[in-house]
Amino acid sequence: MDRRTTIKWMFAAAATVPSLRFGIGSALAGDAAARDVAANQAGYGTDPDLVKEWKPGGPWPLTLTANARATTRALCDLIIPADDVSPAASAVGVVDFIDEWISAPYPQQRGDRPTVLNGLLWIEAESQKRFGQAFPALSDAQRAQIADDICSPAKSKAEFADAVKFFSKFRDLTAGGFYTTPVGMNDIGYRGNVPLTSFEGPPLEALKKAGLA
Amino acid sequence: MSFISSTQADKNTYDVIVVGSGAAGGQTAYTLAMEGARVLMLEAGRKYEPATETPMMQVNSQAPLRGAGTPEKPFGFWDATIDGGWDVPGEPYTSASDDPERQFRWWRARMLGGRTNHWGRISLRNGPYDFKPHTRDGLGFDWPMNYQDLAPYYDKVEMLIGVYGENDGLENTPNSPDGVLLPAPKPLVSDLFFKKHAAKVGVPTIAGHRAVLTTRLDHKRLPALLHPGNAKAQAILAADMQKRSACIFATPCGRGCSIRANYQSTTVHLPPALDTGNLDIVTDAMVRSVNRRKDGKAEGVTYIDRKTGAEHRVKARIVVLAASALESVRILLNSGVANSSGKVGKYIMDTVGAGLNGQVPLLENMPLHNEDGVDGLHMYTPWWLYKEQLAGKLGFARGYHIEFGGGRDLPGMGIASGLEWLNGGTYGKQFKEDARRYYGSFMWLTGRGEMIPNENCYAELDPTVKDKFGIPVLRFHWKWSEHELGQAAHMEKTFADILDAMGGRYSRKPQAGNKAIKQGGVIIHEVGGAIMGTDSKKSVTNSFGQCWDMKNLFITDGATLCSNADKNPTLTIMALAWRSADHMLSLMKRKEL
Repeated sequence: MDRRTTIKWMFAAAATVPSLRFGIGSALAGDAAARDVAANQAGYGTDPDLVKEWKPGGPWPLTLTANARATTRALCDLIIPADDVSPAASAVGVVDFIDEWISAPYPQQRGDRPTVLNGLLWIEAESQKRFGQAFPALSDAQRAQIADDICSPAKSKAEFADAVKFFSKFRDLTAGGFYTTPVGMNDIGYRGNVPLTSFEGPPLEALKKAGLA
Repeated sequence: MSFISSTQADKNTYDVIVVGSGAAGGQTAYTLAMEGARVLMLEAGRKYEPATETPMMQVNSQAPLRGAGTPEKPFGFWDATIDGGWDVPGEPYTSASDDPERQFRWWRARMLGGRTNHWGRISLRNGPYDFKPHTRDGLGFDWPMNYQDLAPYYDKVEMLIGVYGENDGLENTPNSPDGVLLPAPKPLVSDLFFKKHAAKVGVPTIAGHRAVLTTRLDHKRLPALLHPGNAKAQAILAADMQKRSACIFATPCGRGCSIRANYQSTTVHLPPALDTGNLDIVTDAMVRSVNRRKDGKAEGVTYIDRKTGAEHRVKARIVVLAASALESVRILLNSGVANSSGKVGKYIMDTVGAGLNGQVPLLENMPLHNEDGVDGLHMYTPWWLYKEQLAGKLGFARGYHIEFGGGRDLPGMGIASGLEWLNGGTYGKQFKEDARRYYGSFMWLTGRGEMIPNENCYAELDPTVKDKFGIPVLRFHWKWSEHELGQAAHMEKTFADILDAMGGRYSRKPQAGNKAIKQGGVIIHEVGGAIMGTDSKKSVTNSFGQCWDMKNLFITDGATLCSNADKNPTLTIMALAWRSADHMLSLMKRKEL
């Protein structure tokens, strides 16, 4: 990102933080992280082609700014990082998916949009406040310090209530985006969607584990 | 004969016009065409070709929004429904009350084959009690027939469409004759786990019954049983049965099936019916009304060609409404026919639905294996408390069955959502481990129960609202009785008991009936509105769906059902439609129509 854009965006973000409210007044704040979704933006309709290839950005334009996408990438990889089994969330298209989700013209997604956009701005502002750097530039330990404050609805302090709601939503989107891909399905242990000539039922070891054999 | 335009249809003559192409329309047209009647089918939606349009094997990352439901595709992107859902653009319906508990929701599809393309394929027979509910407990209405009257048609439908299951001989849960059912699929871990623990609280579990080909149909044996003495029909059906594949134990049935391994009207009823040369189909044909001749009989119908907006009138010896229960009711009300009883629109029923989900620690970190199976209801629980209920011990009058599931399904958006109640809220490598641990450890339990017809559940024409064709729309009135509310509460309490027996935990407590019960219409088992009976003053049709007031007007969809047993109505609708069509054929043969 070029420096001037970054600074402009950071200021916009910082300005919204003290009065962070998800819902009321959030559309204005959210606009700093994304272009508007057109009021008359159409969806895929009631008779979409089910056998063509669909990609984010196809049925409706993506709207996150480059900076917001960078924050999204860092945050979804914080939630689902690479490990011995599978790569990080961003490696399988989760950034594009989250952008598609918050840019969609349907009620559920329009409802999630201010939550996500304001949350991304909050993350950036909090990152600047604590460490003087953009969130994507932070060390793992620094990112964890922020995440630890907002990852648990039961344990987080009341002052972080809105950020906790954002994080829960963002975690659900990241997980949904990741575990629906072939890589994610393999990681989580889905072994189906394979054509079979006969169905033989569960293996003995599975029955034993469940106390059934 | 085949798919034709509205202008072609105007020039032809037909024995029977069938309005609708789903389970009822498909079965009616199939029986009539196979036995030699010339049939015109009118479908309000577009032509649909499962062989080329079905998203077989696609995973959710290939769909917009990872396949999540939207108002344009409420059951998810891959769901087979076209131009339908809870709302159809330009074709509204209204509710008389603003109270959500008194509103009704109506799922429609505008496509060839209607809702059969996406339905759950659960195919349960009504039992002997279900035909005489009033005799049994004094509530609702008896059917103008017995189980024995419909049993031969259950046999035929099961043999034609292909239904798996076993004969368990439980109370009011009929067996099929030998050689009718296909083998039930092997139970999943979740089935056997449910069975073991539900038994601790007295709940039985048996093989499910669904219209899925666990093996290929026996094309050498079945056609002669279905069409005795009709060599042409037997040959056509034998050839078509050989084009249906067995299930490949992958990809959800709700998308439809390009290899024709489950039942949908478009893959089972319509291809052989078209092969007879006796069936013409006009799609995009929105029927407005049944037209009356001077002698009081039905002349035919008026429909609007969706593509041109032009009105067409077609004529036949017999008119059959099979447009789905409430669409048929709407056509009757807009036609002003068959309603001397004043009962058209009355006694609408849905199925009672309530559910509870739980997480079961014993099922965490299960050894990985393919658990797709046939995508649903390998096993289920039929109603098991008939004696207690009849003795008045339950506080509600009718029963429910339990559908349940668990294990590792094709991942969708919710696959690792909302785990906070289990893990407190994690991220990073711990979150990935949690996702692996919990996936497949959830059990869902849901009840499907009988609703008793009542005076407060009915449809009428809205006095002002019309659809985009200028046709008046339905306005719904709805109110559950204490029986349905009591039943819904009993469901959730039972599910909690079963989850407790499994050592499971659930994120919320069982609720009171009015909180537990799904909104009217939401289970999409709406029936009634033109009920059958023995008295022309109290019902709209006789047991053949033949209107008392108009002898050549038949209704073969769920509108004629005068009770709605917990058995899911589609198989019964098809059996009734076959029986009605046989009756039409004999009346035409005897020149009575």
